[in-house]
Amino acid sequence: MAQVAIGLVNGAFYAMLSLGLSVIFGMLNVINFAHGAQYMMGAFAAWLLLGFLEVPFWASLVLAPLIVGLFGVVLERVLLKRLYHLDHLYGFLLTFGLSLVIEGLFRWQWGSSGAPYPAPITGATDLGFMMMPTYRLFIVVAALVICLATWYAIERTRLGAYLRAATENPTLVRAFGINVPRLITITYGVGVGLAALAGVLAAPIQQVSALMGTNLVLVVFAVVVIGGMGSILGSVVTGFGLGLIEGLTKLYYPPASNTVIFVVMAIVLLVKPAGLFGQTK
Amino acid sequence: MVEPLLKVAGLEAWYGESHVLHGIDFQIGKGELVTLLGRNGAGKTTTLRSIMGIVGKRKGSVTFEGHETVGQPSNQIARRGIAYCPEERGIFSSLNVEENLMLPPVVKPGGLSLAEIYKLFPNLEERKRSQGTKLSGGEQQMLAIGRILRTGASLLLLDEPTEGLAPVIVQRIGEIIRQLKERGFTILLVEQNFHFAATVADRHYVVENGKVIDMVDRASVQQSLGKLQAYLGV
Repeated sequence: MAQVAIGLVNGAFYAMLSLGLSVIFGMLNVINFAHGAQYMMGAFAAWLLLGFLEVPFWASLVLAPLIVGLFGVVLERVLLKRLYHLDHLYGFLLTFGLSLVIEGLFRWQWGSSGAPYPAPITGATDLGFMMMPTYRLFIVVAALVICLATWYAIERTRLGAYLRAATENPTLVRAFGINVPRLITITYGVGVGLAALAGVLAAPIQQVSALMGTNLVLVVFAVVVIGGMGSILGSVVTGFGLGLIEGLTKLYYPPASNTVIFVVMAIVLLVKPAGLFGQTK
Repeated sequence: MVEPLLKVAGLEAWYGESHVLHGIDFQIGKGELVTLLGRNGAGKTTTLRSIMGIVGKRKGSVTFEGHETVGQPSNQIARRGIAYCPEERGIFSSLNVEENLMLPPVVKPGGLSLAEIYKLFPNLEERKRSQGTKLSGGEQQMLAIGRILRTGASLLLLDEPTEGLAPVIVQRIGEIIRQLKERGFTILLVEQNFHFAATVADRHYVVENGKVIDMVDRASVQQSLGKLQAYLGV
C-alpha cells in the first residue's frame, strides 16, 4: 500500500509534467525538451523566493510558475518562433540545448548537491488502510485539480476552442481575426508554467537541485508517447497509471522499477503506434 | 459609383517562388454582389486569399473602406470587417457545430445572432452538438457560411459555395445568398457554376492567368453569353 501511495505521488508529477508537454506539442508542434529544466527552475524559484524574500510556499505556488512562465514567453518570442516552419527535430534540438545550458548555469551557481525546502504541511493522514504524509496527499489532490482545470480550459472554454481550432488550421483561425502568434506564445508560457508549478510542488519532498529534472523528463517523455502525443486525457491517465505500475514493480521486483515504464512504452508503440489515446493523422 | 467598399488595384501574389497573380484590378460597391469567374487555376481563389492576407507574398493595393490592407496580417484584416469562407470549408473536427459557429470573434456590431443563423439554417440547430466534420457536405457548407455571419463583417468572401453539392442544396444556398444581399451584406463570390452565378450577381469579373480580363454586368449577360462561354471553356 505504501508503494501504491508513492506510485500515486510520482504519477501525479508525471501527469502534471506530461500535461504541459502535451499542450505545448499539440499547439506548437514543438517537443519541449527543456521541460525538465523548467520544472527545476520552478523549484529553484520557490527556494530562492523563500531564501531571499521569505515568500511562503503558498505564495510561491502562484509566483514561481508566473516567473518561469514569463521566462518561457521570452524564450518563445526570441527563439522558438523561428523554428515553426522547420522539422520537429530543430525545436527538439534547441530545447535540448537550452536545458543543458540552463542546468549548467544552475549547477555552476548552486552546485548539484541540492538544498532542502521545508515542508509547508507536516503530519500524516490516516486513510484507513495506511498512513500517508499529508503533504503527499495534498500533491495528489492538487495534481488532479490542475489536470481537471487544464482539461476544462481546453475542452470547455472559448479560449480552448481557439486553441483546438488553431491546432488544426492556424491560417484560417488567424483569418477570422484571432491573433494566433500571441495565442501560441501564451500557450507555451502556460505549458512552461505548469512545469514550474510541478517543480514548486516537488521542492518540499525532493532536494532542490540543478539536475532534479534531468531524469524525470525522460520518464515524462515516455508517458507522453504512451498516452499519445498531444492528448490531454492520455497524459493524465497514463501519468497516474505509470506511476502506479512503477510503484508496484518496486514492490514485487525492485530491479525492474526503473525500466518498466520503457518496457510499457515499447509494447504500446508496437501495438498502437499513435499511443493509447492518440489519433493517427 | 460612390467610393467603393473594396478596391483591388494591381494586386500581385506569390506562393513560394511561383507568381500566381499578375495584376488583379476590380472593385465592389457597398451592398453589391460580384463574382469572379474563370477556369480552374486562373487565380480566383488566390485573389480571395490575397484579399484576406493569407498568401505568401503580396504586392499592389487592396483598400477596404479606404484603408490599405496589403502589408497587414490576416487577423487585422479580419478585424476591419472582411470574412472568408474557404473552398475547402475549413470546418474544425475538434469542435462541435455550435463551437464552430461561435469560433470567429465578433469584430463589429451588426452581425446576425445565433438564433437568426439557426433560423436561416435549421439543420445546424438540430445537429449543434455533433462534431463539425460529421455533417453532410451541404450542412458543412452552411456551417462555413453561417459562422461568418455572426461576426459583423460587412464583406463576405465566398469561395465556390456550391462545389460538389446536390442541385437542391445549390438552390438553397442561392436563396440564402440572395437573402444575405438583401440584408445589406457585400459579397464577393468565386464560382465555377456560371448558371448559378448569373442568377445572383450584379456583375462578373473574368479572371484568366492571374489577371482580370473582362467585366460583364447583369444587364449585358445575355448578349455576352457567347463571349463568357468562350472564356470559361464551357
